[in-house]
Amino acid sequence: MLLATTDLMNVVDWSRAQFAMTAIYHWLFVPLTLGLGFICAIMETLYYRSGDPFWKRTVKFWMRIFGINFAIGVATGIILEFEFGTNWSNYSHFVGDIFGAPLAIEGIMAFFMESTFIAIMFFGWNKVSKGFHLASTWLTAIGANLSALWILVANAWMQYPVGMTFNPETARNEMTSFWEVLFSPVAMNKFFHTVTSGYVLAAIVVIGISAWFLLKKREERMAQKSMVVASVFGGVSLLLLLWTGDGSAKIIAKVQPMKLASMEALYDGKTGAGLSVIGVLKSEPQRTQENDIFHFNLEVPKMLSWLSFGDGNAYVPGINDLLNGNPDQGILSTEEKMRRGRIAIETLAEYRDARQSGDSTRMASTLLKFNPETPEGQAFLNDYFKYFGYGYFSSPTEVVPPVPLIFYSFRVMVGLGVYFLLLFILVLYLAKKQKLGTYPWLNRVMLWSIPLAYLCSVSGWIVAEFGRQPWTIQDLLPTVAAVSRVDSTSVMVTFFIFVALFTTLLIAELKIMTKQIQIGPHDEQ
Amino acid sequence: MKENNPVYRVYRFYRDGFRQMTVGRTLWVVILLKLFILFAILKVFFFPDFLGRFSDDTQKGAYVRDQLIERNTP
Repeated sequence: MLLATTDLMNVVDWSRAQFAMTAIYHWLFVPLTLGLGFICAIMETLYYRSGDPFWKRTVKFWMRIFGINFAIGVATGIILEFEFGTNWSNYSHFVGDIFGAPLAIEGIMAFFMESTFIAIMFFGWNKVSKGFHLASTWLTAIGANLSALWILVANAWMQYPVGMTFNPETARNEMTSFWEVLFSPVAMNKFFHTVTSGYVLAAIVVIGISAWFLLKKREERMAQKSMVVASVFGGVSLLLLLWTGDGSAKIIAKVQPMKLASMEALYDGKTGAGLSVIGVLKSEPQRTQENDIFHFNLEVPKMLSWLSFGDGNAYVPGINDLLNGNPDQGILSTEEKMRRGRIAIETLAEYRDARQSGDSTRMASTLLKFNPETPEGQAFLNDYFKYFGYGYFSSPTEVVPPVPLIFYSFRVMVGLGVYFLLLFILVLYLAKKQKLGTYPWLNRVMLWSIPLAYLCSVSGWIVAEFGRQPWTIQDLLPTVAAVSRVDSTSVMVTFFIFVALFTTLLIAELKIMTKQIQIGPHDEQ
Repeated sequence: MKENNPVYRVYRFYRDGFRQMTVGRTLWVVILLKLFILFAILKVFFFPDFLGRFSDDTQKGAYVRDQLIERNTP
Protein backbone atom coordinates (compact mmCIF):
# COMPACT_ATOMS: atom_id res chain seq x y z
CA MET A 1 0.00 0.00 0.00
CA LEU A 2 2.82 2.35 0.98
CA LEU A 3 4.72 1.40 -2.18
CA ALA A 4 1.62 2.01 -4.29
CA THR A 5 1.12 5.43 -2.68
CA THR A 6 4.79 6.34 -3.19
CA ASP A 7 4.61 5.34 -6.85
CA LEU A 8 1.42 7.39 -7.31
CA MET A 9 3.19 10.43 -5.86
CA ASN A 10 6.11 9.80 -8.24
CA VAL A 11 3.67 9.63 -11.16
CA VAL A 12 2.11 12.92 -10.02
CA ASP A 13 5.50 14.65 -9.74
CA TRP A 14 6.91 13.35 -13.04
CA SER A 15 3.65 13.98 -14.89
CA ARG A 16 3.59 17.53 -13.57
CA ALA A 17 7.22 18.02 -14.58
CA GLN A 18 6.50 16.65 -18.05
CA PHE A 19 3.43 18.83 -18.50
CA ALA A 20 5.25 21.94 -17.23
CA MET A 21 8.17 21.31 -19.57
CA THR A 22 5.99 20.82 -22.66
CA ALA A 23 3.76 23.78 -21.75
CA ILE A 24 6.77 26.08 -21.33
CA TYR A 25 8.23 24.83 -24.64
CA HIS A 26 4.88 25.53 -26.35
CA TRP A 27 4.66 28.92 -24.65
CA LEU A 28 8.01 29.98 -26.12
CA PHE A 29 6.32 30.37 -29.53
CA VAL A 30 2.75 31.41 -28.79
CA PRO A 31 3.21 34.94 -27.36
CA LEU A 32 5.37 36.08 -30.29
CA THR A 33 2.74 34.84 -32.75
CA LEU A 34 -0.01 36.68 -30.83
CA GLY A 35 1.80 40.02 -30.87
CA LEU A 36 3.87 39.97 -34.05
CA GLY A 37 0.75 39.30 -36.12
CA PHE A 38 -0.70 42.65 -35.00
CA ILE A 39 2.64 44.46 -35.46
CA CYS A 40 2.74 43.18 -39.06
CA ALA A 41 -0.89 44.27 -39.55
CA ILE A 42 -0.10 47.78 -38.26
CA MET A 43 2.94 48.06 -40.54
CA GLU A 44 0.96 46.85 -43.53
CA THR A 45 -1.74 49.40 -42.72
CA LEU A 46 0.99 52.08 -42.88
CA TYR A 47 1.97 50.70 -46.30
CA TYR A 48 -1.68 50.62 -47.44
CA ARG A 49 -2.25 54.23 -46.37
CA SER A 50 1.08 55.70 -47.56
CA GLY A 51 1.83 53.51 -50.57
CA ASP A 52 5.49 53.79 -49.55
CA PRO A 53 7.37 50.63 -50.72
CA PHE A 54 9.63 51.02 -47.65
CA TRP A 55 6.76 49.78 -45.47
CA LYS A 56 6.08 46.88 -47.82
CA ARG A 57 9.72 45.78 -47.58
CA THR A 58 9.67 46.24 -43.79
CA VAL A 59 6.43 44.35 -43.23
CA LYS A 60 7.61 41.50 -45.45
CA PHE A 61 10.71 41.10 -43.28
CA TRP A 62 8.71 40.94 -40.05
CA MET A 63 6.19 38.62 -41.70
CA ARG A 64 9.07 36.27 -42.45
CA ILE A 65 10.00 36.26 -38.75
CA PHE A 66 6.31 35.74 -37.91
CA GLY A 67 6.11 32.85 -40.39
CA ILE A 68 9.22 31.15 -39.01
CA ASN A 69 7.97 31.45 -35.44
CA PHE A 70 4.51 30.25 -36.50
CA ALA A 71 5.95 27.27 -38.36
CA ILE A 72 8.35 26.19 -35.65
CA GLY A 73 5.73 26.60 -32.96
CA VAL A 74 3.01 24.79 -34.87
CA ALA A 75 1.66 21.62 -33.29
CA THR A 76 3.74 21.93 -30.11
CA GLY A 77 0.45 22.31 -28.21
CA ILE A 78 -0.74 18.93 -29.48
CA ILE A 79 1.72 17.20 -27.15
CA LEU A 80 -0.15 18.72 -24.21
CA GLU A 81 -3.39 17.22 -25.49
CA PHE A 82 -1.69 13.81 -25.78
CA GLU A 83 -0.58 14.14 -22.17
CA PHE A 84 -4.17 14.74 -21.03
CA GLY A 85 -5.10 11.33 -22.43
CA THR A 86 -2.07 9.48 -21.09
CA ASN A 87 -1.02 11.04 -17.81
CA TRP A 88 -4.18 12.90 -16.79
CA SER A 89 -6.95 10.55 -17.89
CA ASN A 90 -9.05 10.98 -14.71
CA TYR A 91 -8.89 14.71 -15.19
CA SER A 92 -9.74 14.45 -18.93
CA HIS A 93 -12.79 12.37 -18.16
CA PHE A 94 -13.86 14.47 -15.16
CA VAL A 95 -13.83 17.77 -17.12
CA GLY A 96 -16.09 16.25 -19.73
CA ASP A 97 -17.33 18.44 -22.54
CA ILE A 98 -16.38 21.66 -20.75
CA PHE A 99 -12.80 21.31 -21.85
CA GLY A 100 -13.72 19.59 -25.10
CA ALA A 101 -16.03 22.31 -26.45
CA PRO A 102 -13.58 25.25 -26.32
CA LEU A 103 -10.72 23.08 -27.61
CA ALA A 104 -12.85 21.86 -30.53
CA ILE A 105 -13.83 25.44 -31.42
CA GLU A 106 -10.15 26.40 -31.20
CA GLY A 107 -9.17 23.56 -33.53
CA ILE A 108 -11.79 24.45 -36.13
CA MET A 109 -11.07 28.17 -35.88
CA ALA A 110 -7.31 27.68 -36.09
CA PHE A 111 -7.70 25.46 -39.13
CA PHE A 112 -10.14 27.54 -41.13
CA MET A 113 -9.26 31.09 -40.15
CA GLU A 114 -5.51 30.97 -39.68
CA SER A 115 -4.71 28.49 -42.44
CA THR A 116 -6.81 30.37 -45.01
CA PHE A 117 -5.68 33.89 -44.29
CA ILE A 118 -2.07 33.05 -43.49
CA ALA A 119 -1.77 31.62 -47.02
CA ILE A 120 -3.04 34.89 -48.52
CA MET A 121 -0.74 36.81 -46.18
CA PHE A 122 2.33 34.99 -47.50
CA PHE A 123 1.40 33.97 -51.06
CA GLY A 124 -0.98 36.82 -51.91
CA TRP A 125 1.42 39.75 -52.44
CA ASN A 126 0.76 41.19 -55.94
CA LYS A 127 -1.89 38.50 -56.53
CA VAL A 128 -4.80 39.90 -54.55
CA SER A 129 -5.74 43.55 -54.07
CA LYS A 130 -3.87 45.59 -51.44
CA GLY A 131 -7.04 45.93 -49.37
CA PHE A 132 -7.79 42.20 -49.43
CA HIS A 133 -4.21 41.39 -48.50
CA LEU A 134 -4.34 43.85 -45.60
CA ALA A 135 -7.63 42.35 -44.40
CA SER A 136 -6.04 38.88 -44.54
CA THR A 137 -3.10 40.02 -42.41
CA TRP A 138 -5.45 41.49 -39.79
CA LEU A 139 -7.62 38.35 -39.88
CA THR A 140 -4.56 36.12 -39.41
CA ALA A 141 -3.61 38.13 -36.31
CA ILE A 142 -7.19 38.14 -35.00
CA GLY A 143 -7.52 34.39 -35.73
CA ALA A 144 -4.39 33.58 -33.71
CA ASN A 145 -5.75 35.61 -30.80
CA LEU A 146 -9.19 33.98 -31.03
CA SER A 147 -7.49 30.58 -30.88
CA ALA A 148 -5.84 31.74 -27.68
CA LEU A 149 -9.25 32.81 -26.34
CA TRP A 150 -10.62 29.26 -26.41
CA ILE A 151 -7.53 27.74 -24.82
CA LEU A 152 -7.61 30.37 -22.08
CA VAL A 153 -11.35 29.87 -21.50
CA ALA A 154 -10.61 26.19 -20.85
CA ASN A 155 -7.70 27.12 -18.57
CA ALA A 156 -9.80 29.70 -16.71
CA TRP A 157 -12.47 27.10 -16.04
CA MET A 158 -9.85 25.00 -14.27
CA GLN A 159 -9.03 27.99 -12.05
CA TYR A 160 -12.69 28.90 -11.47
CA PRO A 161 -15.10 26.11 -12.42
CA VAL A 162 -18.52 27.54 -13.30
CA GLY A 163 -21.44 26.79 -15.62
CA MET A 164 -21.48 23.04 -14.99
CA THR A 165 -22.97 20.28 -12.89
CA PHE A 166 -21.39 16.97 -11.89
CA ASN A 167 -23.11 13.81 -13.08
CA PRO A 168 -22.30 10.86 -10.76
CA GLU A 169 -23.56 8.39 -13.38
CA THR A 170 -20.94 9.37 -15.95
CA ALA A 171 -18.40 10.76 -13.41
CA ARG A 172 -18.19 13.85 -15.62
CA ASN A 173 -18.99 17.50 -15.34
CA GLU A 174 -21.65 18.58 -17.80
CA MET A 175 -21.92 22.09 -19.13
CA THR A 176 -25.09 23.89 -18.05
CA SER A 177 -24.20 27.31 -19.44
CA PHE A 178 -21.71 27.85 -22.25
CA TRP A 179 -21.96 31.62 -21.72
CA GLU A 180 -21.14 31.34 -18.04
CA VAL A 181 -18.00 29.36 -18.96
CA LEU A 182 -17.05 31.81 -21.74
CA PHE A 183 -17.79 35.04 -19.90
CA SER A 184 -16.61 34.06 -16.43
CA PRO A 185 -14.63 36.97 -14.97
CA VAL A 186 -11.55 34.75 -14.72
CA ALA A 187 -11.78 33.77 -18.41
CA MET A 188 -12.17 37.32 -19.69
CA ASN A 189 -9.42 38.72 -17.50
CA LYS A 190 -7.07 35.81 -18.19
CA PHE A 191 -7.58 36.19 -21.94
CA PHE A 192 -6.83 39.92 -22.05
CA HIS A 193 -3.95 39.65 -19.56
CA THR A 194 -2.32 36.77 -21.43
CA VAL A 195 -2.67 38.14 -24.97
CA THR A 196 -1.47 41.61 -23.98
CA SER A 197 1.57 39.98 -22.34
CA GLY A 198 2.21 38.38 -25.73
CA TYR A 199 1.97 41.81 -27.41
CA VAL A 200 4.58 43.21 -25.01
CA LEU A 201 6.88 40.25 -25.67
CA ALA A 202 6.53 40.70 -29.43
CA ALA A 203 7.26 44.43 -29.12
CA ILE A 204 10.45 43.69 -27.15
CA VAL A 205 11.51 41.09 -29.75
CA VAL A 206 11.00 43.64 -32.58
CA ILE A 207 12.95 46.28 -30.64
CA GLY A 208 15.73 43.79 -29.83
CA ILE A 209 16.14 42.58 -33.42
CA SER A 210 16.02 46.19 -34.66
CA ALA A 211 18.72 47.10 -32.13
CA TRP A 212 20.88 44.32 -33.61
CA PHE A 213 20.54 45.93 -37.06
CA LEU A 214 21.51 49.30 -35.56
CA LEU A 215 24.55 47.76 -33.90
CA LYS A 216 25.56 46.30 -37.26
CA LYS A 217 24.78 49.63 -38.96
CA ARG A 218 22.45 47.85 -41.40
CA GLU A 219 18.85 48.64 -42.37
CA GLU A 220 18.88 51.65 -40.04
CA ARG A 221 15.67 53.24 -41.30
CA MET A 222 13.78 49.96 -41.06
CA ALA A 223 15.15 49.35 -37.58
CA GLN A 224 14.27 52.83 -36.28
CA LYS A 225 10.75 52.84 -37.73
CA SER A 226 10.12 49.28 -36.47
CA MET A 227 11.23 50.33 -33.00
CA VAL A 228 8.75 53.21 -32.99
CA VAL A 229 5.84 51.01 -34.13
CA ALA A 230 6.80 48.33 -31.58
CA SER A 231 7.17 50.86 -28.75
CA VAL A 232 3.76 52.43 -29.35
CA PHE A 233 2.13 49.01 -29.67
CA GLY A 234 4.07 47.62 -26.70
CA GLY A 235 3.46 50.70 -24.54
CA VAL A 236 -0.31 50.67 -25.11
CA SER A 237 -0.36 46.92 -24.53
CA LEU A 238 1.59 47.31 -21.31
CA LEU A 239 -0.92 49.83 -19.97
CA LEU A 240 -3.70 47.33 -20.77
CA LEU A 241 -1.58 44.63 -19.16
CA LEU A 242 -1.32 46.66 -15.94
CA TRP A 243 -5.08 47.22 -15.98
CA THR A 244 -5.86 43.52 -16.49
CA GLY A 245 -3.18 42.64 -13.91
CA ASP A 246 -5.05 44.78 -11.41
CA GLY A 247 -8.26 42.96 -12.41
CA SER A 248 -6.48 39.61 -11.93
CA ALA A 249 -5.46 40.55 -8.38
CA LYS A 250 -9.07 41.38 -7.48
CA ILE A 251 -10.40 38.16 -8.99
CA ILE A 252 -7.68 35.97 -7.46
CA ALA A 253 -8.41 37.53 -4.05
CA LYS A 254 -11.99 36.26 -4.39
CA VAL A 255 -11.60 32.87 -6.08
CA GLN A 256 -8.02 31.72 -5.29
CA PRO A 257 -7.05 33.38 -1.99
CA MET A 258 -4.27 30.83 -1.38
CA LYS A 259 -2.62 31.87 -4.65
CA LEU A 260 -2.73 35.54 -3.64
CA ALA A 261 -1.35 34.79 -0.17
CA SER A 262 1.48 32.77 -1.77
CA MET A 263 2.28 35.53 -4.26
CA GLU A 264 2.78 37.87 -1.28
CA ALA A 265 4.18 35.28 1.17
CA LEU A 266 1.41 36.50 3.48
CA TYR A 267 1.19 33.92 6.26
CA ASP A 268 -0.98 35.83 8.72
CA GLY A 269 -3.92 37.77 7.34
CA LYS A 270 -4.09 41.49 7.94
CA THR A 271 -6.43 44.43 7.78
CA GLY A 272 -4.73 47.07 5.68
CA ALA A 273 -2.15 44.60 4.34
CA GLY A 274 0.93 46.06 2.66
CA LEU A 275 2.32 45.03 -0.71
CA SER A 276 5.86 43.65 -0.76
CA VAL A 277 7.69 45.48 -3.55
CA ILE A 278 10.90 43.53 -3.12
CA GLY A 279 11.85 41.07 -0.44
CA VAL A 280 14.12 38.17 0.49
CA LEU A 281 12.36 35.23 2.11
CA LYS A 282 13.76 33.21 4.96
CA SER A 283 14.04 29.45 4.49
CA GLU A 284 11.08 27.44 5.77
CA PRO A 285 12.83 26.10 8.94
CA GLN A 286 14.13 29.60 9.71
CA ARG A 287 10.69 31.13 9.14
CA THR A 288 8.94 28.72 11.51
CA GLN A 289 11.73 28.92 14.11
CA GLU A 290 12.00 32.72 14.19
CA ASN A 291 8.34 33.38 13.33
CA ASP A 292 9.51 35.94 10.81
CA ILE A 293 9.07 35.71 7.02
CA PHE A 294 11.63 38.08 5.50
CA HIS A 295 15.36 38.71 5.70
CA PHE A 296 14.53 41.99 4.03
CA ASN A 297 11.27 43.47 2.79
CA LEU A 298 10.34 46.78 1.18
CA GLU A 299 6.59 47.23 1.60
CA VAL A 300 3.97 49.75 0.45
CA PRO A 301 1.49 50.08 3.35
CA LYS A 302 -2.14 49.08 2.70
CA MET A 303 -1.45 48.54 -1.01
CA LEU A 304 -2.25 44.80 -1.05
CA SER A 305 -5.65 45.42 0.58
CA TRP A 306 -6.36 48.18 -1.89
CA LEU A 307 -5.23 46.19 -4.95
CA SER A 308 -7.15 43.09 -3.83
CA PHE A 309 -10.43 44.60 -2.65
CA GLY A 310 -10.34 48.27 -3.70
CA ASP A 311 -10.20 49.24 -0.01
CA GLY A 312 -6.96 50.03 1.83
CA ASN A 313 -8.43 48.77 5.09
CA ALA A 314 -9.82 45.47 3.77
CA TYR A 315 -8.79 42.18 5.37
CA VAL A 316 -6.54 39.99 3.20
CA PRO A 317 -6.47 36.38 4.43
CA GLY A 318 -3.05 34.78 4.88
CA ILE A 319 -1.93 31.19 4.40
CA ASN A 320 -2.49 30.43 8.11
CA ASP A 321 -6.03 31.85 7.99
CA LEU A 322 -6.80 29.58 5.06
CA LEU A 323 -5.25 26.56 6.80
CA ASN A 324 -6.59 27.08 10.32
CA GLY A 325 -9.75 28.99 9.45
CA ASN A 326 -10.84 32.40 10.66
CA PRO A 327 -14.44 32.48 11.92
CA ASP A 328 -14.38 36.29 12.26
CA GLN A 329 -13.74 36.56 8.52
CA GLY A 330 -16.04 33.66 7.61
CA ILE A 331 -13.13 31.46 6.48
CA LEU A 332 -13.46 27.68 6.90
CA SER A 333 -10.42 25.74 8.04
CA THR A 334 -8.82 23.34 5.57
CA GLU A 335 -9.55 20.48 8.02
CA GLU A 336 -13.26 21.32 7.79
CA LYS A 337 -13.09 21.47 3.99
CA MET A 338 -11.33 18.08 4.01
CA ARG A 339 -14.14 16.66 6.16
CA ARG A 340 -16.77 18.00 3.80
CA GLY A 341 -14.83 16.77 0.77
CA ARG A 342 -14.72 13.25 2.23
CA ILE A 343 -18.49 13.34 2.76
CA ALA A 344 -18.91 14.32 -0.90
CA ILE A 345 -16.69 11.42 -2.01
CA GLU A 346 -18.54 9.04 0.32
CA THR A 347 -21.83 10.18 -1.26
CA LEU A 348 -20.41 9.30 -4.67
CA ALA A 349 -19.40 5.89 -3.26
CA GLU A 350 -22.92 5.49 -1.87
CA TYR A 351 -24.31 6.07 -5.35
CA ARG A 352 -21.90 3.53 -6.84
CA ASP A 353 -22.78 0.90 -4.24
CA ALA A 354 -26.52 1.47 -4.75
CA ARG A 355 -26.01 1.15 -8.51
CA GLN A 356 -24.00 -2.06 -8.16
CA SER A 357 -26.57 -3.63 -5.84
CA GLY A 358 -29.46 -2.48 -8.05
CA ASP A 359 -31.04 -0.48 -5.21
CA SER A 360 -33.00 2.03 -7.31
CA THR A 361 -34.52 3.84 -4.29
CA ARG A 362 -31.11 4.62 -2.80
CA MET A 363 -29.78 5.53 -6.26
CA ALA A 364 -32.59 8.04 -6.76
CA SER A 365 -32.16 9.58 -3.30
CA THR A 366 -28.38 9.94 -3.81
CA LEU A 367 -28.86 11.40 -7.27
CA LEU A 368 -31.05 14.13 -5.76
CA LYS A 369 -28.01 15.38 -3.86
CA PHE A 370 -26.21 16.06 -7.14
CA ASN A 371 -29.19 17.80 -8.74
CA PRO A 372 -28.77 21.61 -8.57
CA GLU A 373 -32.47 22.10 -9.27
CA THR A 374 -33.64 20.57 -5.98
CA PRO A 375 -33.24 22.27 -2.55
CA GLU A 376 -31.49 19.14 -1.25
CA GLY A 377 -29.13 19.23 -4.22
CA GLN A 378 -28.37 22.93 -3.81
CA ALA A 379 -27.50 22.41 -0.15
CA PHE A 380 -25.28 19.39 -0.84
CA LEU A 381 -23.50 20.97 -3.80
CA ASN A 382 -22.86 24.20 -1.93
CA ASP A 383 -21.92 22.74 1.45
CA TYR A 384 -20.12 19.53 0.46
CA PHE A 385 -19.45 18.94 -3.24
CA LYS A 386 -17.88 22.41 -3.51
CA TYR A 387 -15.01 20.95 -1.41
CA PHE A 388 -14.90 17.56 -3.19
CA GLY A 389 -11.17 17.79 -3.96
CA TYR A 390 -10.18 18.47 -0.34
CA GLY A 391 -11.23 14.91 0.50
CA TYR A 392 -8.04 13.60 -1.13
CA PHE A 393 -5.62 15.30 1.26
CA SER A 394 -4.18 13.71 4.38
CA SER A 395 -2.78 16.97 5.78
CA PRO A 396 -4.01 20.59 5.45
CA THR A 397 -0.52 21.80 4.44
CA GLU A 398 -0.89 19.90 1.15
CA VAL A 399 -3.01 22.78 -0.14
CA VAL A 400 -0.12 25.27 0.13
CA PRO A 401 1.67 25.88 -3.20
CA PRO A 402 5.47 26.44 -3.38
CA VAL A 403 5.54 29.92 -1.83
CA PRO A 404 9.13 31.07 -2.63
CA LEU A 405 8.83 30.10 -6.33
CA ILE A 406 5.56 32.02 -6.70
CA PHE A 407 6.73 34.99 -4.62
CA TYR A 408 9.93 35.50 -6.65
CA SER A 409 8.33 34.71 -10.05
CA PHE A 410 5.68 37.35 -9.40
CA ARG A 411 8.34 39.96 -8.63
CA VAL A 412 10.38 39.00 -11.72
CA MET A 413 7.23 39.38 -13.86
CA VAL A 414 6.20 42.75 -12.41
CA GLY A 415 9.76 44.12 -12.24
CA LEU A 416 10.45 43.27 -15.88
CA GLY A 417 7.07 44.72 -16.86
CA VAL A 418 8.05 48.05 -15.32
CA TYR A 419 11.45 47.86 -17.05
CA PHE A 420 9.76 47.25 -20.43
CA LEU A 421 7.46 50.25 -19.92
CA LEU A 422 10.50 52.46 -19.26
CA LEU A 423 12.20 50.99 -22.33
CA PHE A 424 9.22 51.80 -24.57
CA ILE A 425 9.13 55.36 -23.23
CA LEU A 426 12.89 55.73 -23.76
CA VAL A 427 12.68 54.47 -27.37
CA LEU A 428 9.90 56.95 -28.18
CA TYR A 429 11.81 59.78 -26.50
CA LEU A 430 14.99 59.00 -28.46
CA ALA A 431 12.99 58.66 -31.67
CA LYS A 432 11.50 62.12 -31.10
CA LYS A 433 15.01 63.52 -30.51
CA GLN A 434 16.23 61.60 -33.61
CA LYS A 435 18.85 59.84 -31.50
CA LEU A 436 17.68 56.24 -31.89
CA GLY A 437 20.68 53.99 -32.45
CA THR A 438 23.28 56.55 -31.38
CA TYR A 439 24.14 54.72 -28.15
CA PRO A 440 25.62 51.27 -28.87
CA TRP A 441 25.38 50.25 -25.19
CA LEU A 442 21.65 50.94 -25.29
CA ASN A 443 21.27 48.87 -28.45
CA ARG A 444 22.99 46.01 -26.62
CA VAL A 445 20.62 46.45 -23.67
CA MET A 446 17.66 46.30 -26.07
CA LEU A 447 19.03 43.20 -27.79
CA TRP A 448 19.54 41.42 -24.47
CA SER A 449 16.04 42.40 -23.40
CA ILE A 450 14.71 39.68 -25.72
CA PRO A 451 15.51 36.79 -23.31
CA LEU A 452 14.18 38.96 -20.47
CA ALA A 453 10.83 39.20 -22.27
CA TYR A 454 10.67 35.39 -22.40
CA LEU A 455 11.71 35.18 -18.75
CA CYS A 456 8.92 37.62 -17.86
CA SER A 457 6.38 35.62 -19.86
CA VAL A 458 7.36 32.27 -18.32
CA SER A 459 7.37 33.86 -14.83
CA GLY A 460 3.75 34.90 -15.39
CA TRP A 461 2.93 31.33 -16.40
CA ILE A 462 4.62 30.02 -13.23
CA VAL A 463 2.61 32.44 -11.02
CA ALA A 464 -0.66 31.39 -12.67
CA GLU A 465 -0.05 27.66 -12.83
CA PHE A 466 2.17 26.86 -9.83
CA GLY A 467 0.06 29.30 -7.81
CA ARG A 468 -2.98 27.07 -8.16
CA GLN A 469 -1.21 23.91 -7.03
CA PRO A 470 -2.19 21.31 -5.89
CA TRP A 471 -5.31 21.74 -8.02
CA THR A 472 -5.94 20.69 -11.60
CA ILE A 473 -9.49 22.00 -11.07
CA GLN A 474 -9.75 24.47 -8.20
CA ASP A 475 -11.23 22.83 -5.06
CA LEU A 476 -12.63 19.91 -7.07
CA LEU A 477 -9.76 17.81 -8.36
CA PRO A 478 -6.18 17.82 -7.03
CA THR A 479 -3.34 16.43 -9.11
CA VAL A 480 -3.21 13.30 -6.97
CA ALA A 481 -6.75 12.35 -8.06
CA ALA A 482 -6.37 13.61 -11.62
CA VAL A 483 -3.35 11.56 -12.66
CA SER A 484 -3.54 8.20 -14.48
CA ARG A 485 -2.39 4.98 -12.86
CA VAL A 486 0.62 4.68 -15.15
CA ASP A 487 4.07 3.43 -14.25
CA SER A 488 6.20 6.24 -12.82
CA THR A 489 9.36 4.91 -14.53
CA SER A 490 7.80 5.25 -17.98
CA VAL A 491 6.75 8.86 -17.24
CA MET A 492 10.29 9.60 -15.99
CA VAL A 493 11.92 8.05 -19.08
CA THR A 494 9.62 9.92 -21.48
CA PHE A 495 10.31 13.15 -19.59
CA PHE A 496 14.03 12.88 -20.42
CA ILE A 497 13.30 11.79 -24.01
CA PHE A 498 11.16 14.92 -24.44
CA VAL A 499 13.82 17.15 -22.89
CA ALA A 500 16.36 15.84 -25.42
CA LEU A 501 13.90 16.08 -28.31
CA PHE A 502 12.62 19.56 -27.51
CA THR A 503 16.12 20.91 -26.91
CA THR A 504 17.29 19.56 -30.29
CA LEU A 505 14.24 21.02 -32.06
CA LEU A 506 14.66 24.35 -30.29
CA ILE A 507 18.33 24.64 -31.28
CA ALA A 508 17.52 23.79 -34.93
CA GLU A 509 14.66 26.26 -34.96
CA LEU A 510 16.65 29.06 -33.36
CA LYS A 511 19.34 28.56 -36.01
CA ILE A 512 16.77 29.04 -38.79
CA MET A 513 15.43 32.17 -37.09
CA THR A 514 18.83 33.78 -36.46
CA LYS A 515 20.01 32.98 -40.00
CA GLN A 516 16.98 34.74 -41.48
CA ILE A 517 17.47 37.76 -39.22
CA GLN A 518 21.10 37.98 -40.36
CA ILE A 519 19.99 37.85 -44.02
CA GLY A 520 17.63 40.76 -43.33
CA PRO A 521 14.87 42.10 -45.59
CA HIS A 522 14.78 41.12 -49.26
CA ASP A 523 14.58 43.74 -51.97
CA GLU A 524 11.48 43.67 -54.14
CA GLN A 525 12.06 41.94 -57.47
CA MET B 1 -11.86 28.05 -69.56
CA LYS B 2 -9.78 26.26 -66.99
CA GLU B 3 -8.14 29.59 -66.06
CA ASN B 4 -11.53 31.02 -64.98
CA ASN B 5 -12.49 28.03 -62.85
CA PRO B 6 -12.44 29.29 -59.22
CA VAL B 7 -11.25 25.93 -57.88
CA TYR B 8 -8.37 25.87 -60.36
CA ARG B 9 -7.48 29.46 -59.47
CA VAL B 10 -7.31 28.59 -55.78
CA TYR B 11 -5.22 25.51 -56.62
CA ARG B 12 -2.88 27.63 -58.78
CA PHE B 13 -2.63 30.24 -56.02
CA TYR B 14 -1.39 27.67 -53.54
CA ARG B 15 0.77 25.83 -56.11
CA ASP B 16 2.58 29.01 -57.16
CA GLY B 17 2.89 30.12 -53.56
CA PHE B 18 4.55 26.87 -52.52
CA ARG B 19 6.80 26.88 -55.60
CA GLN B 20 8.05 30.38 -54.90
CA MET B 21 8.89 29.69 -51.29
CA THR B 22 12.52 30.01 -50.22
CA VAL B 23 12.72 29.89 -46.43
CA GLY B 24 9.34 28.19 -46.48
CA ARG B 25 10.85 24.99 -47.90
CA THR B 26 13.15 24.62 -44.90
CA LEU B 27 10.20 25.40 -42.64
CA TRP B 28 8.06 22.77 -44.34
CA VAL B 29 10.81 20.22 -43.74
CA VAL B 30 10.82 21.25 -40.05
CA ILE B 31 7.00 21.10 -39.85
CA LEU B 32 6.77 17.69 -41.56
CA LEU B 33 9.61 16.31 -39.45
CA LYS B 34 7.92 17.61 -36.32
CA LEU B 35 4.52 16.19 -37.28
CA PHE B 36 6.19 12.84 -38.03
CA ILE B 37 7.85 12.86 -34.61
CA LEU B 38 4.59 13.91 -32.92
CA PHE B 39 2.16 11.57 -34.63
CA ALA B 40 4.23 8.62 -35.82
CA ILE B 41 6.60 8.31 -32.89
CA LEU B 42 5.34 10.09 -29.78
CA LYS B 43 1.65 9.29 -30.27
CA VAL B 44 2.21 5.63 -31.08
CA PHE B 45 4.95 4.78 -28.60
CA PHE B 46 4.54 7.20 -25.72
CA PHE B 47 0.95 8.42 -25.67
CA PRO B 48 -1.52 5.52 -25.59
CA ASP B 49 -4.97 6.74 -24.54
CA PHE B 50 -5.20 5.44 -20.97
CA LEU B 51 -8.99 5.08 -21.01
CA GLY B 52 -8.94 3.81 -24.61
CA ARG B 53 -9.00 0.20 -23.36
CA PHE B 54 -12.66 0.66 -22.38
CA SER B 55 -15.15 0.12 -25.13
CA ASP B 56 -17.73 2.75 -24.13
CA ASP B 57 -18.33 5.83 -21.99
CA THR B 58 -20.23 3.86 -19.33
CA GLN B 59 -17.18 1.69 -18.66
CA LYS B 60 -14.90 4.73 -18.67
CA GLY B 61 -17.24 6.51 -16.25
CA ALA B 62 -17.34 3.48 -13.93
CA TYR B 63 -13.55 3.22 -13.93
CA VAL B 64 -12.99 6.94 -13.24
CA ARG B 65 -15.70 6.91 -10.54
CA ASP B 66 -13.91 3.99 -8.85
CA GLN B 67 -10.62 5.87 -9.08
CA LEU B 68 -12.16 9.03 -7.59
CA ILE B 69 -13.57 7.01 -4.71
CA GLU B 70 -10.52 4.82 -4.05
CA ARG B 71 -8.01 7.66 -3.93
CA ASN B 72 -9.89 9.24 -1.04
CA THR B 73 -7.55 9.38 1.97
CA PRO B 74 -9.43 8.39 5.16
